[in-house]
Amino acid sequence: MTETLSTEVHRSVTVNATQERAFDVFTGKWLSWWPLEHHIGATELADVVVEPVTGGRWYEVGTDGTECDWGAVLAWEPHGRIVLSWHLNGDWEYDPDPAHASEVEVRFVAETPDRTRVELVHRNFERHAHKPDQVRGGVGGEGGWGTILTGYAAAFV
Amino acid sequence: MEPYQTALAALGDPTRRLIFERLASGPLAVGQLADELPVSRPAVSQHLKVLKEARLVRDRAVGTRRLYSVDPVGVRAVRDYMDELWGRALANFARVVEEEQ
Repeated sequence: MTETLSTEVHRSVTVNATQERAFDVFTGKWLSWWPLEHHIGATELADVVVEPVTGGRWYEVGTDGTECDWGAVLAWEPHGRIVLSWHLNGDWEYDPDPAHASEVEVRFVAETPDRTRVELVHRNFERHAHKPDQVRGGVGGEGGWGTILTGYAAAFV
Repeated sequence: MEPYQTALAALGDPTRRLIFERLASGPLAVGQLADELPVSRPAVSQHLKVLKEARLVRDRAVGTRRLYSVDPVGVRAVRDYMDELWGRALANFARVVEEEQ
């Protein structure tokens, strides 16, 4: 039996809105569309902030005012594209190690002046793993997972 | 724990990740893994047990040997979880974008 194992998530949606509006709602009104049960702070979500600059923070704000990081803004290109690094693990806890971070790329493609296709790719999500108590040199390092997954995917094609 | 969380938790251990990496390039027996890695044979067996429970590794008997290989079920569980999450998120997003203008 031949199996194909995809190691990325691809999702897209086309909306009746301008590219600018689609970008602004996605990045600036995150809380209006995000499934609210997915958060890491102790209290309910009050906001999710994507700082509008490459290198900026991506974080949630709880109803008690506590900020919890989700990741970083790797690319901020209004109104066409953003790339976020996602530092959350399977338990929705923040993991500061970039080797454990996955990447979310979102493109906003204007099909017509008032119709926009939003294309989302979540890649390297298998890098999310609980931070080991002791990281041993050469094992959990950068590039480890990419190599693993290339081999892993190839094993099933 | 959900299957995707079990899979991620199992891979949180660097030795288990290393074993998984070796198996990604082809099936191996416990002895072969122990020879290649700085880990004792009983320890390899224990790690394989955890990986198997997480559905990241599966085994089959070949003659007198038991060969271990990667099981796509575990990683697929992680992928499916993320796929479902983004599907719901984008459906909500489309509704909000079109409703509020």
